[in-house]
Amino acid sequence: MPNALTRKQFLKRTAALAATSWLPRMSRAEARKLRMIEVAPGLFVHQGVHELVSPANAGDISNLSLIIGRDALAVVDTGGSAAIGRGFLAAIRAISDKPIRYVINTHMHPDHVFGNAPFVAEKATFVAHHKMARGLAARADTYLRNNLRLIGEEAFAGSEIVLPTDPVKEPRDIDLGERVITLVPRPTAHTDNDLTILDKSTGTLIAGDLLFSGHIPTLDGSIVGWLALIEVLRKEEAARVVPGHGPASMSWPDSLDPMERYLRSIADDVRTMIKENKTLTEATKTAGASEKDKWLLADEFHVRNVTAAFAELEWE
Amino acid sequence: MKRYSRSPVAALGAALVALALSMAPVFAQDDEAAQPPGWDGIKKEYYDGREIEEVKTGLVVEAPDKADDAAVVPVTVYINSDLADNIKTLRVFIDNNPMPLVGAFTFGRAAGIGPKTISTRVRFDSFSYIRAVIETMDGKLHMASHFVQAAGGCSSSALKDVATAAAGAGQMLVKKVSKGQRFASQQHQSMVTAEAQVMLRHPNFSGMQMDPATGKYIPAKYVQELDVTRLGELVFHMEAGISLSTNPNIRFTYGSVENETLEAKASDSDGATFSATSANNS
Repeated sequence: MPNALTRKQFLKRTAALAATSWLPRMSRAEARKLRMIEVAPGLFVHQGVHELVSPANAGDISNLSLIIGRDALAVVDTGGSAAIGRGFLAAIRAISDKPIRYVINTHMHPDHVFGNAPFVAEKATFVAHHKMARGLAARADTYLRNNLRLIGEEAFAGSEIVLPTDPVKEPRDIDLGERVITLVPRPTAHTDNDLTILDKSTGTLIAGDLLFSGHIPTLDGSIVGWLALIEVLRKEEAARVVPGHGPASMSWPDSLDPMERYLRSIADDVRTMIKENKTLTEATKTAGASEKDKWLLADEFHVRNVTAAFAELEWE
Repeated sequence: MKRYSRSPVAALGAALVALALSMAPVFAQDDEAAQPPGWDGIKKEYYDGREIEEVKTGLVVEAPDKADDAAVVPVTVYINSDLADNIKTLRVFIDNNPMPLVGAFTFGRAAGIGPKTISTRVRFDSFSYIRAVIETMDGKLHMASHFVQAAGGCSSSALKDVATAAAGAGQMLVKKVSKGQRFASQQHQSMVTAEAQVMLRHPNFSGMQMDPATGKYIPAKYVQELDVTRLGELVFHMEAGISLSTNPNIRFTYGSVENETLEAKASDSDGATFSATSANNS
């Protein structure tokens, strides 16, 4: 069940939405089955588009994964709206009718969690980093309001905050039946509640937004923490990786390189400018300039990344 | 509204408290945000509806047209010598924030003479003008403004990394950032205009942010007063509202003499106090 904390609030705010879900044209989004790619035996990925969330994409901008064990299924992230969650569920049911035992969220961001609601009826356990409930609950109002505005009443109908019921504080193995996956809560990097999933049978690392490719990385945690974590991740063995944004599957660990270059250029430039007593405004104009144009959506997120990095690094 | 009869600072403080009190029930409730008073309301509240001249040069508000992070929008107010040397108060407003007064500044001798610059970072609740209004000694009002497209900054969660923020809470720094230059009006003075910065690690809770542990709004707790002095002489006094970003950061010009230290003292709406002194060699 969704956590009672925020239920009152989102009920209030989404009451109007619920009414619109009866509109016949909603069924179009509802029926749209997401396309899945089998990137390793029994591991399917749906690839999101590199766009801002919009009524047209209904929040389908992040990668979603399905892991199939002998007895049960685990789902990793659910997309940016209930409509995408339903499309994901429909795609899963076309592949397997085993029970969905776990819905794992890699972190709190709206494009990864707003598809959770349709999985409540599947009686899944909602699993996430132990800090995710706090982070998501604190932002629940803002996330609901903003995404309703950006995605629109029709496409966002039925979307709600479903908080994790099973917090992960220490690395932990989950057995889906002859298929063990390892969940590792990470220190603050992309956010303060990033969780990675390693599918041991195929050596596939599901990195969530600790790995971006194509879509510019977005910083909502700690640039120092993220750069340090990249060095740790680099030493971990995997046959392939599923990024939070990017291709369904990438090689490992070289897929980290472009993102690390981008983050490092911001950190280096911002540190230099702080040392020279330059201002935040000046930093937003020049820091990371050499790397930012290599990414999609740079105009939307780069200045924000520099702002966050500056606010963090000026306290070093 | 009646005309202020007490000292401007005391009156300002009273107005701020009155405003804070009138806002308090709104923050406490699980409701839509209060309707901000808008520019007309601000004019009435703070200036008794007096005429305010829009200044084309001499007073400039610099801010991005479209802010990427509505919770950290950099803003700089530039004031030329003519206005700066006759300044009584500077107030900065964001029309559409629930508490529009960002900060009210009064200046002392150590602010020096010649042009002034003040920069900080602010929150925007919705698209709005940000304005700087200066009252000069002759009682005239001067204004400059800038429209910023940014929204959600007052309610967005204050802290990206809760644990690190808690560890550093209360830490305060004041540091000189440039030795400064001599302006025409300072030719015969022993002083130049230098620049310094105050930083305070403080969540500056707006009252519009959610507490995940209780599902209720975190009560407003924000930096309310800041005094910066140069060897005991006032540079400026600021009274602030909820619109300053988390970890308030104020960069300002002041009149630099040789080997001075700067002292900063702040207090928040819960009565907690913070202080810092600059190194005098920088």
